[in-house]
Amino acid sequence: MRLMITLVTALVTFTVTTTAQAFCGFYVARADTSLFNRASQVVLVRDDDRTVITMANDFEGEVEDFAVVIPVPTMIEREQINVGDRAVIQHLDAYTSPRLVEYHDPDPCARHEVYEMLGRDSDFPAAANKQMRSSARSRGVTIEAQYTVGEYDILILSATQSDGLIRWLNDNDYKIPQGAERVVDSYLKQDMRFFVAKVNVEEQSKLGYKYLRPIQVAYESNKFMLPIRLGTLNARGKQELYVYALTRTGRVETTNYRTVKLPSNVNVPEFVDGEFGDFYRAMFEKQTLKEDERAVFLEYAWDMGWCDPCAADPLSAKELRQLGVFWLGSNGKEGKRMSQPQAQNVFVTRLHVSYDAEHFPEDLMFQETGDRTNYQGRYVIQRAWKGEASCDISEYEASVRERQEREAQQLANLTGWDVDEIRGKIPFAGGVQPESGRDPWWKRIWN
Amino acid sequence: MKLLSTLRDPRYYQIVVLTTLLTIGIVVLDFGIHWQNAVTIMMTAQATQFLGTRLAGLPRFDPLSALITSLSLTLLLRTELIGLAAAAAGIAIGSKFLIRVHGKHVFNPANVALVTLMLLSDHAWVSSGQWGSAALGAFGLACLGFLVLTRAKRAETTIAFLCVYGALLFGRAVWLGDPMSIPMHQLQNGALLIFAFFMISDPKTTPNTAVGRTLFATLVAAIAFTIQFIFYQPNGPILALILSAPLVPLIDAVLQGSHYRWEKPGARASASLKGVQ
Repeated sequence: MRLMITLVTALVTFTVTTTAQAFCGFYVARADTSLFNRASQVVLVRDDDRTVITMANDFEGEVEDFAVVIPVPTMIEREQINVGDRAVIQHLDAYTSPRLVEYHDPDPCARHEVYEMLGRDSDFPAAANKQMRSSARSRGVTIEAQYTVGEYDILILSATQSDGLIRWLNDNDYKIPQGAERVVDSYLKQDMRFFVAKVNVEEQSKLGYKYLRPIQVAYESNKFMLPIRLGTLNARGKQELYVYALTRTGRVETTNYRTVKLPSNVNVPEFVDGEFGDFYRAMFEKQTLKEDERAVFLEYAWDMGWCDPCAADPLSAKELRQLGVFWLGSNGKEGKRMSQPQAQNVFVTRLHVSYDAEHFPEDLMFQETGDRTNYQGRYVIQRAWKGEASCDISEYEASVRERQEREAQQLANLTGWDVDEIRGKIPFAGGVQPESGRDPWWKRIWN
Repeated sequence: MKLLSTLRDPRYYQIVVLTTLLTIGIVVLDFGIHWQNAVTIMMTAQATQFLGTRLAGLPRFDPLSALITSLSLTLLLRTELIGLAAAAAGIAIGSKFLIRVHGKHVFNPANVALVTLMLLSDHAWVSSGQWGSAALGAFGLACLGFLVLTRAKRAETTIAFLCVYGALLFGRAVWLGDPMSIPMHQLQNGALLIFAFFMISDPKTTPNTAVGRTLFATLVAAIAFTIQFIFYQPNGPILALILSAPLVPLIDAVLQGSHYRWEKPGARASASLKGVQ
């Protein structure tokens, strides 16, 4: 049996590229979490000291090999653990994804038309149970509780000594990454508890799920944090993590790392619609490097009541309650695309971080701010008029060329892509490259 | 000579450093500071200072300290409501005139405003993580320069605070068996350095004697650590300072010393003047 010590494992989302009309531009595509390999997704619902955490699970392989050790800030009981619905996290991912929108230039020959866009802006088998318990006691580990929730067997552990816990895990055929003992020891001294979730194959086949559903835990603790240190021990390079925070008051940010807004509302060349995923990955990597690889990025901050443009409908009250938004009554509004704010009393913050032990030595600590300013990763394509011209459009074409050149430079700036290669992909208006695009050769030697 | 004596007032240096930090924060680090808030804070602070000077019958309006308080507030306070920005400046400067013991104001003006607003409103907060490590080198130099320029006068508050807080962080890491990169990362925090060099160091609201100031800074560091790492709440240092401030008159009563006066021309001659910074 193999143990994957990670806080959470990634969720494989399917990419739905819908073309739908929205209120602010025409929604073209989104950059959801499936763009990044090994991306973990965590939903944190927080109000006062109450937290509900949902951890998406993308484990691929034999389910009997799967187990995960999850640190929690406090002792938990059976009723505090639940198995959630994967589709809700996928919906949340889609709703909060960075998006590409497009606008069309109007016919330059139609004099009367003013160009104006809309809205600009079960219990364990008894024998195995007994054996585990006695082995546990001799290791200084107490299995405080164990039960089956959905397709998972859950063991809540308390250990007086971390080496006891680690040895117990080893004795039970779990493979532990090197260095885990120190981290576990540190967490135990900080009064954190652990639980192990492994798949109960029998239950899983009874339930009929082909994938592992997310595990949810509700707890009360003054620690508004996410333990990421165990996740950095798997020497697999950097890990991608998405945190969706659902709060009552406003945007969530990290208090011990910089939270940075990704560049947004930027015009990009038309060809980006075919490679939006590549564009977004390149931009994210460049911005990460620019911030010295030590920043947490804000990808979305919005009142859950609406969206503009919508990459997906807002989550319904039912879905939000499934994620643990406990302050929402049962009479909440159903998720619909709203162009005007509809009070939901839920503010969503989407954070994206690429982390490793070197740049993120400490766990992520959060705070809720009073900031309800809406922010979204929005990238704009302005399509040139391609119709039959009934007048002289040379002036219009010159202005389009200027715009195309500006977009090429902006794209190069954001992604670090070669500006000449970008220019090569742009069908410049009138078939002529603008003068400003032909930089003298010496401008490029030292850049 | 007059210029030289004017420059002996460390507040000019503070103003330069804080303005530089504010510029870096806005231009390079994109802190999301609204200029409307900055202007509101500056204007309200000066107006309150002027009003206070008149009502308290002080002979001379001194805008410097109110300006420093405004800069600190602009750097640290985050709010979307302009009314709260104005309230912060009003509370900060007002507290200097209203909450006084033995001719000294009790609370650091920016500190009392930040804590009051954070406790009373959901719409005011401090973004302690917003200084990346990249800006810290320049930041550290500016702070060091401050110590050199003021010839380390009364620097024991800052030094004692940083030493005790640092020792607690490293001690915690040793006890937990954590890598030293964790306490190093915790110390490389811009908000912590602003606090250590520009808030707790305020000579007007710290004890009059060096021993008293060291004792006071140690206490603030211990409380800050408790809030941050035992109760797991953010903004430990800012909360610790407000909790410790009422002890200053007590420390002064036990350890006798003279009040601090900002260096300015003729300051010594008018020693009986109860300055309100």
